Amino acid sequence: MFDGRDPLYVQIADQIRADVLSGALKEHEQVMSTTQYATTFRINPATAAKAFTELVDEGVLYKQRGIGMFVAPGAREQLLTEKRAAFFAKVVDPVAAQAKVLGIPVEDVIEHLRNGGPR
Amino acid sequence: MSGFGVHVRDLTVRFDATTALDAVSFDIRPGVITGLLGRNGSGKTTALSVLAAFLRKTSGTVLVDGDEPWENARTMGATTLVRESGDMTPERPIAESLRMLADRRETFDTDLAEKLLDTFELERTSRPYRLSRGKKSSFGIVVGIASRSPLTLLDEVHLGMDAPARYAFYDALLADWLEHPRTIVLSSHLINEVERLLEDVIVLHRGSVLTQSNADALRSSGMTVTGPSDAVEAFVVGRDVVARQRLGGTAQATVVGTLPDDEQNARLGGLELGPVPLQDLFVHLTERRPTEVAR
Repeated sequence: MFDGRDPLYVQIADQIRADVLSGALKEHEQVMSTTQYATTFRINPATAAKAFTELVDEGVLYKQRGIGMFVAPGAREQLLTEKRAAFFAKVVDPVAAQAKVLGIPVEDVIEHLRNGGPR
Repeated sequence: MSGFGVHVRDLTVRFDATTALDAVSFDIRPGVITGLLGRNGSGKTTALSVLAAFLRKTSGTVLVDGDEPWENARTMGATTLVRESGDMTPERPIAESLRMLADRRETFDTDLAEKLLDTFELERTSRPYRLSRGKKSSFGIVVGIASRSPLTLLDEVHLGMDAPARYAFYDALLADWLEHPRTIVLSSHLINEVERLLEDVIVLHRGSVLTQSNADALRSSGMTVTGPSDAVEAFVVGRDVVARQRLGGTAQATVVGTLPDDEQNARLGGLELGPVPLQDLFVHLTERRPTEVAR
């Protein structure tokens, strides 16, 4: 866990975003506190706090003073919208680039997807 | 109290003919956990000893919470330096040493010390000189954490400790820092174990500061580039390459520094970008650059 190329705080934020997207974290559900996160994963508390601050600023989480942080209503929808917008740039373009390198015509890729993709 | 800050400019320390520190400058932010990294003999212990006023500087400016630490009762009383095996009298029973510390140090927490003795399974009647290396280190850690000093300097404190004891140390340090934030400087050669605990990093090398940075920023400044040799070479032109490996037509280069278009350019060249653990980055930065092998 957390051994990617991005800064640690980005990876922590991504992990929570992924949990919200997958539904593992539901709206208004409490997330781990910075303290719990830092001690559970042995991570510098300031680094963990930076991830949570970013998520609060983005509107994915909201803070309730003295109680903790919770998943914001509509957070999943918001993340879905963002992810969908980035889908072509981040997911499709690399596939197209790779297909080009390998000499696979775009039509073949489309055909593959039409036939049900990986399954 | 969020801890003491440290400001060092052009610090030089000489022992007879040897220059241990050569005009080094760095800052330690108050209330932050900072890693002091460096190979053996890089000057880590010398730097920490000057901050704790165990050692007198030859020249330069050293400020601990705004004041020169040498013969300064205020900063010395608020600074705890724990070296490898601790600095307590080896023949004195542990409990007695801790009682003396409690008298001398305003911030010392006896309850916490008791709790930590249990955590590390230390007998109160034990005398450090009879303890194993790992247990001696554990005792040093009890002293370092329970002192709760505004400036806590832990110099290779977990030497000889087994993995469960080291993890207990990391947990105790984080838990107590969260409740009582203070300035902690951790020097260690177990970089892969401690890197996530650190907010800032200072790398010393041969008596000089090689780099000073936010730990997260330093870690993500390095990357590996893997793919067809020609494409890798094209990608790294003009960049700071610290290591190269080649296997047939495939090459891997480790570079320091990232550019905004890296992801896209890597994709276009059919290259894969990977992370560089801080430990590897440190090894690359502090070893002699390999000379290019002629083909």
